[in-house]
Amino acid sequence: MDETARNGDGAALLGAESRLAASASDGVPKLAVSGLSYEVGSDGGRHTILDDVSFEVPGGRFFTILGPSGSGKSTLLRCIDRLLEPTAGSVLLDGEPAARMAVQTLRQRVGMVFQTAALFDGTVLDNVLYGPRLRREQLGGEAAGELLERVGLPREFAAKAVAELSGGEAQRVSLARALANRPEVLLLDEPTASLDPTASAQVERLLVRLAAETELTFVFVTHNLEQARRVGDRGLLLVGGRVIEQGPLSEILADPETDVMRLFIAGRLTGDTLSPATEPAS
Amino acid sequence: MSLAPAVAGSHFSFENVAVAVVMVAVAVGLSRWRRLDLERDIVVASIRAFVQLMAIGYVIDLIFRSRSSLAVVAMLAAMIGFATITSAQRFRGLPRRYGIALAAIGLSSVTTLGLMVALGIISRDARYLIPIGGMVIGNSMNVASVTGVRLMQDARTQRSLIETALALGASPRQAAQSVLRRAVRLALIPTIDSTKTMGIVFLPGAMTGMIIAGAKPLDAVRLQVVIMYMLLTAVAVTAVTVGLLVVGSLFTAEQQVRRLGEAVEA
Repeated sequence: MDETARNGDGAALLGAESRLAASASDGVPKLAVSGLSYEVGSDGGRHTILDDVSFEVPGGRFFTILGPSGSGKSTLLRCIDRLLEPTAGSVLLDGEPAARMAVQTLRQRVGMVFQTAALFDGTVLDNVLYGPRLRREQLGGEAAGELLERVGLPREFAAKAVAELSGGEAQRVSLARALANRPEVLLLDEPTASLDPTASAQVERLLVRLAAETELTFVFVTHNLEQARRVGDRGLLLVGGRVIEQGPLSEILADPETDVMRLFIAGRLTGDTLSPATEPAS
Repeated sequence: MSLAPAVAGSHFSFENVAVAVVMVAVAVGLSRWRRLDLERDIVVASIRAFVQLMAIGYVIDLIFRSRSSLAVVAMLAAMIGFATITSAQRFRGLPRRYGIALAAIGLSSVTTLGLMVALGIISRDARYLIPIGGMVIGNSMNVASVTGVRLMQDARTQRSLIETALALGASPRQAAQSVLRRAVRLALIPTIDSTKTMGIVFLPGAMTGMIIAGAKPLDAVRLQVVIMYMLLTAVAVTAVTVGLLVVGSLFTAEQQVRRLGEAVEA
């Protein structure tokens, strides 16, 4: 990973990508993000949130995006799902540009779970069936019950009003709701950050189990270093909207190449320590 | 529908108005006594009311005497224009806000007034069209503002729910369905409630005015009922139109929630 250490350098990132791609079972990665940038504001005061972010995720893998709060992680997920329109760069799903797909098709294939469950008024069943109903698909109570069991909830929960759920239960329902759409990629935006430690650990174990049991490709965002170590597999560190290092998490966390990564591991890095313009010290 | 004309007994002279200034003096006195610091506002408001109403009185008098239906249409168009500007100013930051306000207020007033005239419920006389048109346009304006402002606020506070729905593959209209319904319902409640309590809680202006002008109470009541029915239609058309158009403006072509005032946030 020595080349990648010089972040922001296109050639170095390409080098890292080609190594990732080579490890994929079938050439084309499930998800490929390249040169993605996102800026806000008018010409007078432009502000860069994401700066030339590139990474690839092979199908069925669990990819972790690690970074302090304010580093652009959520924005990155939103750009992938086109809840935000990237300023530059591309997102490829099975090699097909996301920008050229019908937005609704993209959002069905790439699901998203947010930090807060954001359940709709009504019952658990109403929430689980929301996506399929939008497309007038017949998904019965039986299938919904199976989904609830997969996220570790009893089938009887289907009839419960969402107002009665605990935080952990609500987040599980939001996961079941996302799974009901039968996505190929699931974007998880700090899904455990607003939960108490017990519920957080349970949801984390559930995600690891789902990743192992299914073909689903996960992109998991967290600011929590220990959580990233536990869920393992590949990932990257995002600071100030830039990719600092990427590769197998066990390697990049055990043997950091950059001072930024070392600072982050030491817990001395906050989102605003580095502005997007700051080059990490080498 | 036969309406009694105003009778001579209801004539108001400038002397009457001058004596009524005593009322303003009482309000000013109260403000000074309780140090409300509103004396200036009260005086300015009183003078503005006098000047504006005198001016409009002369304009209406002129239109009545001209007997020109073109003048009536021009007058209604001007009222719609002022209402549009007033309402659109509430939608700061929203794209196409003037178009939205004009479409909603224009559509509701033209359809309701048109329908009333076409069905022969009211005559196309200036003495009906202008005051009734004013009521329709004024109510539409208020409802347009309430619906739009509420939608813009809810879209901001309920953003995570809206984006969750979008992320599940909902179209903008599906994603905004619950906030849209709430805003439209809220905007219609006052009109529905005042229709419900009509005659019990308050006696509406048009009816009061006709009775004072010497009309038979039952005539005044019948006209008031017609007006309330018409206002129900007008506000419903306004709220639904504003709601659908504002929802359209809250999203981008790529079906993303538009960042209203994004430069400020950044």
